[in-house]
Amino acid sequence: MAYSDKVRQVFQNTIEKLENDGLFKQERFIHSSQAADIEVEFPVGSSLKKVINMCANNYLGLSSHPDVVKAAHDGLEDRGYGMSSVRFICGTQDIHKELEKKVTEFLGTEDTILFPSCMDANAGVFEAILGSEDVMISDRLVHASIIDGMRLCSAIHDTFKHSDMTHLEKKLQLHADKRFKMVITDGVFSMDGDTAKLGEMVELCEKYDAMLFVDDSHSSGFIGKTGRGTHEHCNVIGKIDIITTTFGKALGGASGGCVSGRKELVELCRQKARPYLFSNTIAPVVVSGVLRVLDILSESTERRDKLEKNTEFWRKGLEEAGFVLKEGDTPIVPVMLFNAKLSQDFSKDLYDEGIYAMGFFFPVVPQGQARIRTQISAGHEMHHLEKALDAFIKVGKKYDILGKSKKEIVDMYGM
Amino acid sequence: MEEMKDIVLEYVIEEYLEDPDEEITYDTPLISGGIVDSFSMVSLKRFLENKYSISIPDEDATPEAFDSVDKIVDLVNQFLK
Repeated sequence: MAYSDKVRQVFQNTIEKLENDGLFKQERFIHSSQAADIEVEFPVGSSLKKVINMCANNYLGLSSHPDVVKAAHDGLEDRGYGMSSVRFICGTQDIHKELEKKVTEFLGTEDTILFPSCMDANAGVFEAILGSEDVMISDRLVHASIIDGMRLCSAIHDTFKHSDMTHLEKKLQLHADKRFKMVITDGVFSMDGDTAKLGEMVELCEKYDAMLFVDDSHSSGFIGKTGRGTHEHCNVIGKIDIITTTFGKALGGASGGCVSGRKELVELCRQKARPYLFSNTIAPVVVSGVLRVLDILSESTERRDKLEKNTEFWRKGLEEAGFVLKEGDTPIVPVMLFNAKLSQDFSKDLYDEGIYAMGFFFPVVPQGQARIRTQISAGHEMHHLEKALDAFIKVGKKYDILGKSKKEIVDMYGM
Repeated sequence: MEEMKDIVLEYVIEEYLEDPDEEITYDTPLISGGIVDSFSMVSLKRFLENKYSISIPDEDATPEAFDSVDKIVDLVNQFLK
């Protein structure tokens, strides 16, 4: 079918509606490596501005770490640029197997399979393991990639209220007749920064004979005393049946993900998961970088310890200044503004002050829950955080929201 | 009929509403209004089937048929003998 003017007009109208509804996403171009200090072109065509990055998933500050960059260079030299094949034809190098083994050891699981991304891992894992006689019971705030993966699976799907263990138990009772029950949650929830109650979930899963799935993308590398993830934090290492995670955040930040867990489930993914079977895996250069990242994290907890201290400083500073925050103790610290336009205006004013932090609003978060999501990094030094805090306080004063409750902010600006 | 409406309304409030200040009525759009997502419909379907000892075929359990308490009650009545 030709791409006629009529067809073009339909798509143009769709894009225009996104713009009119305030839902159009404008990318900002970064002209430097990913780090605490970045140079940004925004709006398009403007001169470069040096800003402090407060919204990257670069939790451990490893995205541009010299040792990781060198390892990637070495990998590029030794194993080349691409594989030009999926894994099961001729796309598996020794370093892919080495990385799967190292991730297994790092997470304390039975086996691991790499995917091009964690999005792909979540898209493929459910369909490979479950069938129409099974049920998936997911927290209502799980990541979009999990929702997409569940849509591709023939098992029936139900949900429980966010982190509500009483509700989860009711659902496990409701679906007691199903062959397999799988409880599905994020380890740390990306928008609110809170942590799943894995201890209680493990108990419920044991009581009702269910499997437990955790996406630890916003945890791996820094949550728990040695950074293994939420299962370490909750003292349930070895009791999670499936962990999915990404190498695109704390673990070097490039790309790639994995499914790690019970060896039979991993093997089924290797045999049946479509994003694994029909797509190239992670490029050798990235594999080499991630291998070095895991060595760095196994040698010392210095970076996750620094991240913890930075997070404490940041959260305490915002609280004392009088902002409304989402409760939690992870490096994701959402500053609640409730109103979508206020979150956009606040973000723009922060940018003028040299701080890069994005406003999030519906449909990314529920209606009336607009916020600035800040993310702390071990790459931040105290001077970065102090400058960012000063900027937040200055902009907070401008909008007169410091010391105000949710109700007072909503009364001033609406939901 | 009215009793069934209240039972379903109470279940929907208990099961799906996150904000205690939120109020819904018999004709509030549940799925098109974003209160119940299509995934979460399954528990509502199973609740109705258990409560009224009926079986609702998947082809009848559409988002449209579950879009308000009124519509849900109409649907249940179709299968009640």
